Amino acid sequence: MNLQQTGIAGTLESGDVMIEVSPSTKGINIDLESTVKTQFGKYIEKVVLQTCKEFKLENVDVKLQDKGALDCTIKARMITAIQRAGGGEYEWK
Amino acid sequence: MNGNKPIKLRRTMLFCPGNNPGMLSNAYIYGADSLMFDLEDSVSMKEKDAARNLVYQALKTIDYGPCELVVRVNPLSSEYGKADIEAMVAGGVDVIRLPKTECAQDIKDTEAEIEKAEIKFNVPLGTTKMMAAIEGALGIVNAYEIATASSRLIAIALGAEDYCANIKTTRSLEGSELFLARATIVVAARAAGIDCIDTVYSDIYNEEQLIKEAQAIKQLGFDGKSVINPRQIEPIHKVFTPTQQEIEKALKIKMALEDAEKRGSGVVSLNGKMVDKPVMLRALRCIEMAKASCAYFEKEEE
Amino acid sequence: MEKYLNQYLKETGKTHYVPYENPKLVVKDRTTLLDKQRGNVKIVDSIETAVKLSGLKDGMTISFHHHFRSGDRIVNMVLDVLEKMGFKDLRLASSSLSSVHSPVIDHIKSGLITRIETSGLRGELAEAVSHGIMKNPVIFRSHGSRANAIAEGNLKIDVAFLGAPSCDPFGNANGYTRDGVGKSMCGSMGYARIDAQYANYVIVITDNIVSYPNVPFGISQRYVNNIVVVDSIGDPDKIMSGATRFTTKPQDLLIAQRAARVIVNSPYFYNGFSIQTGSGGASLAVIRFLAEDMRKNKINASFALGGITGQIVELYEEGLIKKILDVQSFDLTAANSLKNNHLHQQIDADYYADPYKKGTAANMLDVVVLSALEVDVDFNVNVLTGSDGVIMGAIGGHQDTAAGSALSIIVCPLLRGRIPSILKRVNTIVTPGSTVDVVVTDQGIAVNPAREDLIKCLTENHISLVDINDLQKKAESIVGRPEKLPFGDKVVGEVTYRDGSIIDVIRNIEE
Repeated sequence: MNLQQTGIAGTLESGDVMIEVSPSTKGINIDLESTVKTQFGKYIEKVVLQTCKEFKLENVDVKLQDKGALDCTIKARMITAIQRAGGGEYEWK
Repeated sequence: MNGNKPIKLRRTMLFCPGNNPGMLSNAYIYGADSLMFDLEDSVSMKEKDAARNLVYQALKTIDYGPCELVVRVNPLSSEYGKADIEAMVAGGVDVIRLPKTECAQDIKDTEAEIEKAEIKFNVPLGTTKMMAAIEGALGIVNAYEIATASSRLIAIALGAEDYCANIKTTRSLEGSELFLARATIVVAARAAGIDCIDTVYSDIYNEEQLIKEAQAIKQLGFDGKSVINPRQIEPIHKVFTPTQQEIEKALKIKMALEDAEKRGSGVVSLNGKMVDKPVMLRALRCIEMAKASCAYFEKEEE
Repeated sequence: MEKYLNQYLKETGKTHYVPYENPKLVVKDRTTLLDKQRGNVKIVDSIETAVKLSGLKDGMTISFHHHFRSGDRIVNMVLDVLEKMGFKDLRLASSSLSSVHSPVIDHIKSGLITRIETSGLRGELAEAVSHGIMKNPVIFRSHGSRANAIAEGNLKIDVAFLGAPSCDPFGNANGYTRDGVGKSMCGSMGYARIDAQYANYVIVITDNIVSYPNVPFGISQRYVNNIVVVDSIGDPDKIMSGATRFTTKPQDLLIAQRAARVIVNSPYFYNGFSIQTGSGGASLAVIRFLAEDMRKNKINASFALGGITGQIVELYEEGLIKKILDVQSFDLTAANSLKNNHLHQQIDADYYADPYKKGTAANMLDVVVLSALEVDVDFNVNVLTGSDGVIMGAIGGHQDTAAGSALSIIVCPLLRGRIPSILKRVNTIVTPGSTVDVVVTDQGIAVNPAREDLIKCLTENHISLVDINDLQKKAESIVGRPEKLPFGDKVVGEVTYRDGSIIDVIRNIEE
């Protein structure tokens, strides 16, 4: 499953993350800018990869500008960005 | 006759815009009785999807402690309403608040969507409660039928801004334009056996006026008030805190009730007079309020 | 008569007074006071001249105060002159340094400054030190510790450069002026007084010469060797804000309110209690809520101590606080109060917080409310390094007041964004847990288990307490467990405790 276009979600406010997803030529590429990159970069990347997996996305560029968002916020912004990029609907559980 | 079912306090309902992750993540620290996450008027059309996703993830992840979780969804007449209801039921929200309710059918239509969602997501039927916000003249006229339109309804609330615009007047400090709406909502709620919540007071720096308004609506019979800033919570809780006199009287009634239960009698009497059920309920509620506001502490049984 | 004098002199061997024989005595001067002031006995034409007169050599120690906060121009001005004069290997012993001192980086690179002793570092200079720019570790001291080290000779200051908003031609210097309107104002000069008293040579730098005598003085003329007049000692708006405002952040107000409740329900809320609060945020807002209880219960404070803000002054003027002991004034209201209110007293750092004397002001505190960057499950507090391991704060009076007070309260939010404040172990131990009594967060209050008296008292008053370990676990459950920071092997900071012993070290952070 691939994206149709670029999708952007989120803001640069404290506690939020701005995410831009776009179709990539090869694989999942994460460009992470974060105020807590050293401390929580691993968690953030995990959420990104997991969400891509849920949408069955294999080729996507993900650019994040994070201002200390919690995992649930990152997930929500990822889902919104992907949906806006035509990545399909999210299945509520 | 039992006083075992815990009484749910709704003295304050803290309003949080659904598209603000910072607020969503720590709204519970302020001690409001209920939290209302908004997907409707505080969220721009472009961000309705984002807010829905944020609130869903927040509901699934964050531990809000004892706060009752309410979400104000978009009306079913909009393109967002259905998706909102689905997502919130799946997310496990306590109460879905319907804006701009005008008649019983609005409630029934919403309930049908909620039921569909509960079935879809394996939520036991009836778990998700409802709250109706009345924000216009027609809603006031239909208040009782709205309040009794579903067993899921736990409260009706007043939305004063839209109501005033609808009846073609402006808001004033003393609020005479709201008198009928307020009184109607209280009466309808009581007749239906549910709670009633008053509208927000938006000047967050005017604590004196906030307290005046809270005292006035408490006297009218309201159970609580919506708030838009954490600093409004404590003053309102204080207003709804029973006085020492009220607490002492309530404790006497409670003792009389326990006494009657011990004797196996169905008749509760105090000072030679019979105590009616409504009086008893009010006394028990008073004690609950007192405990919640830390005005009274139950002594440990030795 | 002369016979007895001569005999006495012979017997005792003491010296006979002969007019004009002793060159050290001041000769009677017939000029008027007005002319004497114009005579510029101590005033010299430039910093360079003053430095030459001071006898400063390579390897010596220079000092500054930080009463001008982020509006200071003195440090950078003096270092530029010293750089031009070709000095090397100097030890910079300022009472503290802030983000405005980033030019010090260049002076470190050039070899002018090879050692730094301070209460704190901020901004680019702090980052550079954290990245290992200095060969020698920076030595961090509390205010009380520094005062004692200077007084006892463990930190010998060769030349002190002390900026002053007003000074008379003989060296009486003040943090405000009584003659007209000066260019700037800083209020108390409590930290500078120690340097003035013990430094080998004292140079006052001012932009406002007033007529003699500039009394009551912050710094006495007898400590001052030279005075240099410059255009501007600092940026007035950054030296001092108009008035400190109480925070309006709901989270900070919630924490402040809870801290006030702890104080009110402790044994330390009685008529005549003493208190020190922070200068902003939740730790200042506490006094606002406490004041309500003070009014309700008709309880007054005997004194407020510390860094003083307008809020404290307002309560003093309302009659709720009897006296103020001011080691640093934070805003114009405080500075004006120091100038005009006779029970608002300037005190020096030694009086404030000397670690060995029992009678120091910090030891007279019933309650102190302090902030923190991090607190761990042993109640140790970090106020020096951030969550990324980089230096970004100051010890200030933290160690001193925590140890000196009867009840020390730390206020901080459980989380700052995604950064947890309550941890298993702080990055840097600055204030030891044995001196920390209560931690008040927005999501729970924890009392040090060693304070059974407080636990009993607060529980009886229906204040719910939590175990600090539960707070740490809650924080972790919300934000996740932070990765270890990329510390290197080089010690870039030596964190001393009040007696000069080492309580922790700060290592460099790899970029």
